Amino acid sequence: MMWQAVFLSLKVSAVATVCALPFAIWIAYILARKRFRGHGLLNGLVHLPLVLPPVVTGYLLLVLFGKQGAIGAPLYAAFGVSFAFQWTGAALAAAIMGFPLMVRAIRLGFEAVDVGLEAAAGTLGANRARVFRTVTLPLATPAILAGAVLGFAKALGEFGATITFVAAIPGQTQTIPSAIYGLLQVPGEESGVIVLVSISIGLAMGALIASEWLARRMAAR
Amino acid sequence: MIAVQITKRLGDFSLNVQFEAPRGVTALFGRSGSGKTSVINAIAGLLRPDTGQITVAGRRLTDMPVHMRNLGYVFQDERLFPHLTVAQNLSYGGDHDAARVIDLLGLAPLLDRRPPALSGGEKSRVALGRALMSNPAILLLDEPLAALDAQRKAEILPYLEQLRDDMAIPMIYVSHDVAEVARLANTLVVLDAGHVVRAGPVEVVLADPAVAPFVGLRGAGAVLQATVAGYDVQDGLTHVTFDAGRLALSGRVGRIGGALRVHIPAQDVILAKSAPTQISARNILPVTVRTLTPAANGGVMVGLQAGSSTLLARITQASLREMAIAEGQEIFAIVKASVMSAAGD
Repeated sequence: MMWQAVFLSLKVSAVATVCALPFAIWIAYILARKRFRGHGLLNGLVHLPLVLPPVVTGYLLLVLFGKQGAIGAPLYAAFGVSFAFQWTGAALAAAIMGFPLMVRAIRLGFEAVDVGLEAAAGTLGANRARVFRTVTLPLATPAILAGAVLGFAKALGEFGATITFVAAIPGQTQTIPSAIYGLLQVPGEESGVIVLVSISIGLAMGALIASEWLARRMAAR
Repeated sequence: MIAVQITKRLGDFSLNVQFEAPRGVTALFGRSGSGKTSVINAIAGLLRPDTGQITVAGRRLTDMPVHMRNLGYVFQDERLFPHLTVAQNLSYGGDHDAARVIDLLGLAPLLDRRPPALSGGEKSRVALGRALMSNPAILLLDEPLAALDAQRKAEILPYLEQLRDDMAIPMIYVSHDVAEVARLANTLVVLDAGHVVRAGPVEVVLADPAVAPFVGLRGAGAVLQATVAGYDVQDGLTHVTFDAGRLALSGRVGRIGGALRVHIPAQDVILAKSAPTQISARNILPVTVRTLTPAANGGVMVGLQAGSSTLLARITQASLREMAIAEGQEIFAIVKASVMSAAGD
């Protein structure tokens, strides 16, 4: 049961990070570079999961993405995709909770890219898409990596929204935090708690070290 | 042929610029804040004018997106891509004439380096090379030589002249250095507070006393069209002829029979009522006083006619009064051989 929770957590966090990252890059770019009506509203919306009680976010996910939910029902009817009480639901909750952290880190990266360099690329004949691909994105890569690591770490630790949305079904939705919580309810399972806690610390450290190493490699290239 | 006619409001600053440049190099000249970089940015498409037209070689650029304009812009702050090598920077906009550009700008040893590891001069050369390799229809140069030492400048200036003459790439050139402008430019546009003070052929504009305050004390002075007559190897002089006589210049410049542009700084010209004898200055020209224009710091800019050429001399009010110089008088202008700068046309 312990290792099941570890592998499920890794799967949920990886899927959540990979799926959320393109959206986070997109929203971060818009927030960093575009000025439009509703800029503040979008910014607030993105940050909402950071300030709302996680249980509230979990409840909202249940209402929106449940089998009878406003988004969940048509999604199930059209594609047969269901989030309720599935590992995909845990990934969705983790992605939503990590999203503001990813956007914040990546936005700072985009804001640090000199727009003069983008202008220079334009004068050399590069259209907007090429400027973004060859100048903006590479220069923001360290920040994007930092955002991905933050999102991944947040996903590993997500508890409140996940347990509210998809409960803690062993092998389905019981991630490391809910497994630790579950073990704590049972007398005599302290050893299992210690193992899971150690694994949590190890994963978090590993993610940080990996991102540092990647950032250094990018900088040296 | 470049035609620019634009207006733009930027806060308190209003830009209202109109000029035409028939061919070759057009220099934009003016104090900082006069709008030079705004004009160049408007041509590049980085600044959207409120009204107006920009045409280069028959192509209307005004509403074209930046990346379609086919121009090479050498920025004052280089703007090299820090995450790419010099080689990748150079080929970002194309590989046009790569071998020659790399050779002429001495870039071969730098190709594998990254911009943060380059000196100021090296960055300038890479920026120029990158713009040239994109095969631009027009080259925009915002003080491209400002970061270079005199030796590199002397190496790159002939290359720019060659671009002007052989490849016929029109250039817009922003510079503070009058000697550089006198050497490179065909057309000079003097800007002040967002407006054109004077625009026209460089000889005509620089000889206009009204332009002198904007060009600065060092730079004000006429440009003469001359022809190299011969060299005096022993004395280290170059003899040139122009339509009103001969001049001796220090050093060896141009080639015999070749055309030269000679810049004579107004503050280095001495005036005398009679031809002096036993004087160390090599050049004594009979001239006619045409204009007297008050200049900054109690000075007077004296416009002089020598043949069909115009010379400028800057003297003090005191000298003007004591010598009783007046328009129409025939006097003598004295110029040392060492104060003139010259370059092939």
